[in-house]
Amino acid sequence: MAGLIPFTLISAGALLSFLRGTERSAVMVGAPILTLILVTLVPEGPGPTVAWLGYELTPFRLDQLARFFAIAFSIAALAGGIFALRQERSAELAAAFVYGGATLGVVMAGDLVTLFVFWEVMAIASAIVIWSAGGSALAAGQRYILVHLLGGVLLMAGIAGHIAETGSLEFGPMVADSPARVLILLAFLINAGAPPLSAWMPDAYPESSWSGMVFLSAFTTKVALYVLLRGFAGEEILIWVGLYMTFYGIVYALLENDMRRILAYSSVNQVGIMVVGVGIGTGATLAGAAALAFAHVIFKVLLVMSAGAVLYATGKRRCTDLGGLFRTMPFTTVAAIVGALAISAFPLTSGFVSKSLITDGSAAVGLKWVFYLLTAASAGVFLHAGIKFPWFVFFAKDSGLRPPDPPTSMRVGMGLCAALCLLIGIFPGAFYALLPWQIDFHPYTADHVVSQLQLLLFSGLAFFLLLGWMKRTNTITLDLDWLWRRAGSVLAREFDLRGMSVRLALARRASKAGALILRAVYRSYGPNGILARPWPTGGMAFWTTVLLAAYLILYYF
Amino acid sequence: MASPPPDSDHWLVRPATIRRLWIGFIAILALTVLADFLVERHTIFGLEGTFGFDAWFGFIACVVLVALSKALGAFLKRSDRYYDGNGS
Repeated sequence: MAGLIPFTLISAGALLSFLRGTERSAVMVGAPILTLILVTLVPEGPGPTVAWLGYELTPFRLDQLARFFAIAFSIAALAGGIFALRQERSAELAAAFVYGGATLGVVMAGDLVTLFVFWEVMAIASAIVIWSAGGSALAAGQRYILVHLLGGVLLMAGIAGHIAETGSLEFGPMVADSPARVLILLAFLINAGAPPLSAWMPDAYPESSWSGMVFLSAFTTKVALYVLLRGFAGEEILIWVGLYMTFYGIVYALLENDMRRILAYSSVNQVGIMVVGVGIGTGATLAGAAALAFAHVIFKVLLVMSAGAVLYATGKRRCTDLGGLFRTMPFTTVAAIVGALAISAFPLTSGFVSKSLITDGSAAVGLKWVFYLLTAASAGVFLHAGIKFPWFVFFAKDSGLRPPDPPTSMRVGMGLCAALCLLIGIFPGAFYALLPWQIDFHPYTADHVVSQLQLLLFSGLAFFLLLGWMKRTNTITLDLDWLWRRAGSVLAREFDLRGMSVRLALARRASKAGALILRAVYRSYGPNGILARPWPTGGMAFWTTVLLAAYLILYYF
Repeated sequence: MASPPPDSDHWLVRPATIRRLWIGFIAILALTVLADFLVERHTIFGLEGTFGFDAWFGFIACVVLVALSKALGAFLKRSDRYYDGNGS
């Protein structure tokens, strides 16, 4: 039974390439619903084992943590499937469903080999989702797949080393104490968007289609967080990696002009906060990381959908080209605001009941600076994602654009996510009950609510007072991907140029040497060469006679 | 494009509405800070127990973050066609 969970979406993906019209819509909505039902009904357990090359694989393990994440991903697949009903490119949808199924495969993998296989399927399927948008997405998808294949190589090497050291294939808690396990940790971190390769996310995701980014932003980073949570809980380095990601995301999002890149940077920021929670590694912060990942899957999907609706209606992504859309897109505006409030952790939203678990958890274990930095980051989240995104897209200056709200299917997708953001925020008890950790946490104390409102509202004040500094320009901000996007090609050209004289000198020497050899050959074999001279017949007869005479003499003796 | 008369645009963007929004916003800001008198704060490290901590800390954090990104942007900002073409 458990094996059906990932393969429902994968086989739906295979079918989607052939279906049209109503059947296609039925599969796009039906397969995620079936997955969601299976995820909630299949009993927990390690699942069947399979013998493979003398090892035992447990490909489908379902426990409470796996189920928690599987529910989030199934909901994302459902909302994304509904939102994407109008997408005409079947290749993208087929790849997106295989990608979603492979994500569930990683969540349920009980051993490292199964994990690796689904990990790679995810990389390839997600690259196809990006590529199917065509145009500038082709090069971005190329860069994306290179980063993820590098991650796959590190993962494979790490897994091989780990098996050689321990003899065990099981995927469970690990410590990064040997080169093999450090490689596994690095591979997980690459997919989480950690430095120094964070740039793959804001580079590639925004190039996908209006529906493609919905799937992309739901799966890869959160499943990376899940494997970190499972494998490396309490690994101290993750606190610092996470803090870096948190502030990197804020600073780059503040400088960014493209609305979808703002959202991609904000994903790095949010995953950073979760990674800090994993690094601290107490029950409360791990629960907070899992809860925030769940909440983030839904509110980020909602934000990306609202940006997708704008892209669908206007074909534009840059804040400088947008603005004032609230007049004709009221539904999308409200959806974006709900998502923005949730990501900023406003009271009554899913962000509020999950993020404070991590912030409070850092204080509870006495990590003073982590607590202050996370509090500052909470303010920064509201600044770059909570206000900046909705403000410049839907309000600010009037761009003169008057696009309509998107079609029903897209509105249903957004409505579903918005409702969940609020439901989780209003009824956190039911949400906490799904978590594998028993937590005694009450988000709605007067202390919590007042301090969070102060933090967010005064960040809002800062935003509007600093609006002059926030003015958008038609710019991008260089990141470390400059090394391979610019320096690499410049270096290649430079080598080409500098190498020219060497290559010319070599060629000259080669041709000179060749000429010398040719001349020598010519001397012997040419028309006047020693071997080509006509020999007189008389001389020939003389020498033959000498040879015969010598032979006779030798014969007598 | 001639600018339309102030009343013809959406009510939300009329100057009178914006002024009212600012007044409402400032009133709410004041209320959240005043709520500090009524609410008992849990303190662990000390600083977060000061009056209106989240208000001033959040505000300063935002100013610092915006200034930091401006400073970084001065070095790292490029035209958004920077990577287009063959980079010449």
